[in-house]
Amino acid sequence: MHPHFVDYAIIAIYFVFVLGIGFALRGRMKTSEDFFLSGRSIPGWITGLAFMSANLGALEVMGHCANAAKYGMFVNHFYWLAAMLAMCFVGVYMMPFYYGSKVRSVPEFLRKRYDEKTRTLNALSFAAMTLLVSGVDLYAMAILFQRLLNWPFWASVVASALVVAIYIYLGGLTSSIYNEVLQFFLIVFGFLPLAILGLKAVGGFAGLKASLPNPGYAHTWANIWHASDNPMGINWFGTIFGLGFVLSFGYWCTDFLVIQRGLAAKDMPAAQRTPLIAAVPKMFFPLLVVLPGLVAIALDPTTKLMMGGRYDNALPAMLGRFYPSGLLGIGLTALMASFMSGMAGNVTAFNTVWTFDIYQTHINPGKDDHHYLTMGRMATVFAVVVGIGTAFIVLRFNNLMDYLQLLFAFFNAPLFGTFLLGMFWKRTSAHSGFWGLLCGILAAAAHYSLYHFHYIHYPSDMAANFYQAIWAFVVCFCVTVVVTFFTEPRKEEELVGLVYSLTPKPKTSHLPWYERPGILAIGILALCTVLNIIFW
Amino acid sequence: MGLDIRLPIGIIFSIYGVVLLIYGAVADPSIFQEKSLGVNIDLWWGLAMLVFGVFMGALAFRASRRSEP
Repeated sequence: MHPHFVDYAIIAIYFVFVLGIGFALRGRMKTSEDFFLSGRSIPGWITGLAFMSANLGALEVMGHCANAAKYGMFVNHFYWLAAMLAMCFVGVYMMPFYYGSKVRSVPEFLRKRYDEKTRTLNALSFAAMTLLVSGVDLYAMAILFQRLLNWPFWASVVASALVVAIYIYLGGLTSSIYNEVLQFFLIVFGFLPLAILGLKAVGGFAGLKASLPNPGYAHTWANIWHASDNPMGINWFGTIFGLGFVLSFGYWCTDFLVIQRGLAAKDMPAAQRTPLIAAVPKMFFPLLVVLPGLVAIALDPTTKLMMGGRYDNALPAMLGRFYPSGLLGIGLTALMASFMSGMAGNVTAFNTVWTFDIYQTHINPGKDDHHYLTMGRMATVFAVVVGIGTAFIVLRFNNLMDYLQLLFAFFNAPLFGTFLLGMFWKRTSAHSGFWGLLCGILAAAAHYSLYHFHYIHYPSDMAANFYQAIWAFVVCFCVTVVVTFFTEPRKEEELVGLVYSLTPKPKTSHLPWYERPGILAIGILALCTVLNIIFW
Repeated sequence: MGLDIRLPIGIIFSIYGVVLLIYGAVADPSIFQEKSLGVNIDLWWGLAMLVFGVFMGALAFRASRRSEP
């Protein structure tokens, strides 16, 4: 791949705009609420696109393209099974509690529903996870540009980390959200020609099907019944319960990285619409990431011609194959934007949880608001520096996707059990949350050790991660229920706004039908069902 | 939040659109034979990005006019 001057100019323009948005927002960051929650003032379509984009890091774009080349359309489950149900659920049922209870973070919700120790446990595990994840994007980007363009590893790490640090330092969450929206459009415009040119090259969808090395690659569901029939080695139970339920609901419903975008919305209907608006482009993302992966494997069945023997190269190889100079600059910018905003999302989530749930609660309470705003800015710098460090932990894993799913299976999967019981069962006692969560994390750790030291076996790392999530969730759920029966329930009047049965439902009758969360969710699920059937 | 995000998006996409259009018009056509199956993708995609950029800019402009007293 040989970029010309025009490609570098396009990349440079992007950097100017990213920093410009940070500088334009600098004067507006007056309180900690402005910095960490955008003053709860952002319209639903912006938070919605940011909700989806925050998750569009290295994992999403390059990882799923690589997985499509390796496993075929099976990857669609990450979109049409996992993400859709969970995003509809969080929009319709969970956002009213997050937004309505006026909490500033997910751990703060746990303090209201359970107690201080539950919150602290979650805040610490979340902060650790976020720091471990934030290096992924940095690392992936630096390696990619080193391989493709011979840019020095350190130059790309430091340059992109510096840019992320500056724009969050200046504009806080608003900066991050605005850049995520910009990035969303860049990704659409940067990768859509790949799908168009790729399909043209293989002779349309029929031609693609005919040239795939394995006819099963053209199906999402057809080979799911037995683990031995599909290349990921996961049967229907692992897929539906592990990925579709535990991992995806754990991620989309409890990960503060995405929930924070909903909390920045200007009002309750906008907050509820945030994940639902995000679900619509998410549904069509396989067109941008799965399709190029399939074309790559159709054109290069041995992976030796174009991809250099590595599935991870599927997306960059396709860019190099089909993009002339000019468009190549747009494609590289889109890739770079996705890495940077993936990292930025983790940094904004970390600085909020650190400042509110750890620093203000345990280290230095009772200071004025400006003090915490400054702390948030310092935490931003700290998170970026640590992110550079964690890039080297990532180096030890051979597959980014497995590393990320492993972390999610550790921390998010049990947390979803805590939330499900806390929000929908009023009997759940204050103590039970902590013990359930702790045992869930320990169960994940035990499962990981058993697998890692070969006491139990799975056909692929991904299958191990799905089952680790299932165990963590089940243990958390059961321990929480058992502890609840041995401890005092909380008074019902304390739980108004926190538990489903005790909270008045948000009124939607004044909204036009296309703004009502329930109707939107039904429409999304119907459309998604149609896609599942077409690409069965 | 004061800054309308549609404005910077409109500007950057318009700039990218114009850059691609010009590059597509002046570049040696053999690069399109070699890469993009003979389609002058820079020209066409530049046009698409320019239209999108102008559209976003127009939305931002209309919103700013409306909010003024």
